[in-house]
Amino acid sequence: MTQASLAQAADPRKPWTDPVAEPFVRIEAVTKRFLDFTAVDAVSLDIYRSELFCLLGGSGSGKSTLLRMLAGFESPTSGRIIIDGQDMTDVPPYERPINMMFQSYALFPHMSVEQNVAYGLKQDGVPKAEIARRVAEMLDLVKMGQFVRRKPHQLSGGQRQRVALARSLVKRPKLLLLDEPLGALDKKLREETQFELMKIQQALGITFIVVTHDQEEAMTLSSRMGVMNHGRIVQVGEPHDLYEFPGNRFVAEFIGSVNLFEGTLVEDEPDHVRIDSPDAGCTLFVNHGISSAPAQMVEVAIRPEKIRLSRQHPDQTDNVASGVIDEIAYMGNLSVFQIRLKTGKMIRVTRPNLDRYDEMPLQPKEPVFCSWGSASGVVLSA
Amino acid sequence: MSGGDQTAAQAVPDPGVASRPRTGSVLTRLKHRLPLPRGLGQGMVSGIPLGWLLVFFLLPFGVVLKISLADTAIAMPPYTALLDWDGEAVATLQLNFGKYLFLLEDTLYLSAYAGSLKVAAVSTLFCLLIGYPMALFIARQPAERRPLWLALVILPFWTSLLLRVYAWIGLLQHNGVINNILINLGIIDQPLVMMQTDFAVYLGVVYTYLPFMVLPLYATLEKLDETLLEAAADLGSAPWKAFLTVTLPLSRPGMVAGSMLVFIPAVGEFVIPALMGGPDTLMIGRVLWDEFFNNRDWPMASAVAVVMMVVLVIPVMLLRNGQNKTAEHG
Repeated sequence: MTQASLAQAADPRKPWTDPVAEPFVRIEAVTKRFLDFTAVDAVSLDIYRSELFCLLGGSGSGKSTLLRMLAGFESPTSGRIIIDGQDMTDVPPYERPINMMFQSYALFPHMSVEQNVAYGLKQDGVPKAEIARRVAEMLDLVKMGQFVRRKPHQLSGGQRQRVALARSLVKRPKLLLLDEPLGALDKKLREETQFELMKIQQALGITFIVVTHDQEEAMTLSSRMGVMNHGRIVQVGEPHDLYEFPGNRFVAEFIGSVNLFEGTLVEDEPDHVRIDSPDAGCTLFVNHGISSAPAQMVEVAIRPEKIRLSRQHPDQTDNVASGVIDEIAYMGNLSVFQIRLKTGKMIRVTRPNLDRYDEMPLQPKEPVFCSWGSASGVVLSA
Repeated sequence: MSGGDQTAAQAVPDPGVASRPRTGSVLTRLKHRLPLPRGLGQGMVSGIPLGWLLVFFLLPFGVVLKISLADTAIAMPPYTALLDWDGEAVATLQLNFGKYLFLLEDTLYLSAYAGSLKVAAVSTLFCLLIGYPMALFIARQPAERRPLWLALVILPFWTSLLLRVYAWIGLLQHNGVINNILINLGIIDQPLVMMQTDFAVYLGVVYTYLPFMVLPLYATLEKLDETLLEAAADLGSAPWKAFLTVTLPLSRPGMVAGSMLVFIPAVGEFVIPALMGGPDTLMIGRVLWDEFFNNRDWPMASAVAVVMMVVLVIPVMLLRNGQNKTAEHG
């Protein structure tokens, strides 16, 4: 009873906030070494049922190797992989209740769309009538119902992507792995498909693990994401948390763009810190405490959109830096300002273009004040 | 001054030195003087093989066809002319289909054709059964080790076929290497009869033509996308099932090409059945040889050759037609 009430207290859509929730996929201290290269380095990760989890990282970060170990194509050098309570570490790929959508789609070129989707069910010996029904159902879901007789080479990239998705979903896997699922699509199609993918995931309730190098894609798709670098998980969290509270410099710079100021800690209270930053030319005030030694060098990250620009000195003493506009890039929905601070540091500020006309637009070479609120900065640990 | 001398020497052109770089570019100069017609390169690309076919295949075949329609004669060459010119106005064309009719009447020829087709078909099957695993093995090796394995496959071609056939005879004959070893080991008392049997012919043909099966098979298997096998495994196929449903169907072009490369020359094979086969090994290559050299019946030998061509060309064309159709449908 206590467990049930505890579970109710947590947000049911966010099982990771619930301390007693059972993770669906447990990756326990998994390491993968190729000869002298460590591709995945002691990664531990819990993923919950019906999550859409994104593994985000650059090339060579180990995200694909981790996915291939989940699928069973690579076996870990050490560590365990547990899926739905069963140890899958040594189970061959064809016996895992997992399907994968390959980056290249890997559609069988000698089979029609229908045969491709039916392949997995046939291997399981599902009765013919049921195969036909489930294949038709799945092809309708991905809107490929009218192309059943086509061969893969007669389809466009977007259509192949749908067939690959249908083929990996038709067996109703417990877990679906997607390797750069939208990587081969052009930008417009990618945005449309993102939302479709999310809809399908919610409709079927299957747990998705998506590997991507595209931070925007990861932000849009995921319930939670894990940022990987050099074979390690650097930070795990909801997109909002990772963006607003990056744990370190790598995450701050990898997700979105960021201005970093170095400084010395001068005031360290539980509810705020004050940092003297010769970099910014002012005192930085951040309304959260950190655990560190006094007089330590720290970095403060401030997102470009959180900085206000003004001609007059704003009504605050902390978090104000003065500089000169170096360049303005007009992007339509927003403008990007490159500002050279008096200290010589270049920073980046974005401003939404709220009005069509600006009576007195900011001009290059104009001196401005850059200011931000005490809740805007994040102190990064090294 | 030496500086002044140098400039003077440079100013006076030395005819030998100056003309040297120009002789190297005769082709370039020729090209400038005679502008080559556009499309000539394209024409040469398709023209050279077409010309080759015309001179070395179609013309000789026409000659053979002509001889096959003549009658035997005691003359030089030993056949009659097709066109008879009476010296004034009348030319008579005489086509003798007698040799072809005789081919159908005498069961010797028909059973020789059947024998050749059987030997070729069975040998092709064995080449496929032996060559497929070899090709698959080589294709799955790390890329840097494949050339070595391929070299081993091609290595037998470095010695002449005749030498290799004699080597096999040395191995297989009555007091040959194999029989000696088996007797000395006490496995058999009497030497096994291996030479001059159908077994020896099959062995010889399979051994000789195996590389022709392995190479095209390797070429297709090496190109096979490995993620397709991963996809098959991911969808629940154990490795042997993935082989049957993915690797095997996708390697069909290689199997077809390899089988044709083995089957076609094996049908007309003469050396191996002549040297390793027994008196009852009836193959069309031997019949042709006998007609030509023993009976000096050139028209009969030509008719045998023409019919063999037709027997081979028709199934190959049907097969190609079928392949083109599947290619169109994807």
